[in-house]
Amino acid sequence: MTLSPLTIALVGMIGLLVAGFYGLLVCRNLIKIVVALQILVKAALLGLVAAGNATGRIDLGQSLAITVIVADTVVAVVGIALGVQIRRHLGSLDVRDLASLRG
Amino acid sequence: MVSLLLLLLATAFSIGAIRAGRLITSALWLAGVSALVAVVFFLYGAHQVAVIELSVGAGLVTVLFVFAISIAGDDVVDSHPLLPWPLFIGLSILFVFLLGWFLLPASVSPYIATGTEAGLTDVLWGQRGMDVLVQVVLIFSGVLGLLGLLAEVKPPLEGSAADEISAGRDRELQAMEGQFSPQEEPLK
Repeated sequence: MTLSPLTIALVGMIGLLVAGFYGLLVCRNLIKIVVALQILVKAALLGLVAAGNATGRIDLGQSLAITVIVADTVVAVVGIALGVQIRRHLGSLDVRDLASLRG
Repeated sequence: MVSLLLLLLATAFSIGAIRAGRLITSALWLAGVSALVAVVFFLYGAHQVAVIELSVGAGLVTVLFVFAISIAGDDVVDSHPLLPWPLFIGLSILFVFLLGWFLLPASVSPYIATGTEAGLTDVLWGQRGMDVLVQVVLIFSGVLGLLGLLAEVKPPLEGSAADEISAGRDRELQAMEGQFSPQEEPLK
């Protein structure tokens, strides 16, 4: 049985998506949640590149992937900075402690 | 087949990043995922994205994580799952089944491209110029957000110090009013 490159990429995408959603569901640490988001974005990037490869328009896939990488990096930077500030103010990175922000 | 092995390894690394007890270990697992995915990008012909992913995903983001962990501390948060285990396992199986149901048929009958091949530079600057503009705005707003979030906030003054400062300002204002008030001339 020979798997096509698109099938292989889809299998990898499903694995990364499951791992990312698992992290979002399980983790309570803010930095770990940003890590899980990064893993989810890796799956999306893989899908874009594989789709570009399969359709013969790899440059379009690459340009979209570059846009996603920029957005992902900005999200990571702002998320990390938010985590650092929450740690400074609340003394913890646990998302359960954010319940005190309720009015 | 090499790409399948690399992707399975990347999935194992990502589970390691989620399950790691310490944050620094989690960041290093994530760097491994980025590096493996970058190799897969290279094998799929996306050379520029592979280089960017390797330098940004495995380099810059990892440095940012290590920087944040060094500031915030590598404390271990109790990792009891937010969802009950049976519900999580059921949701995961359903998710994998639905994703495979929707995605895998696409690999059986792939879309046949009819467009002409253009270079990345032409696509990025010619066809997707608006994306580049949005990227610049996004980077700018990200830098502003970072500066705003990491700005040091001055501690509020104590009550006595604040009263002293306001009293000093009042004295200065009164002195200025006395200096610049027009002198009344006696009526003749």
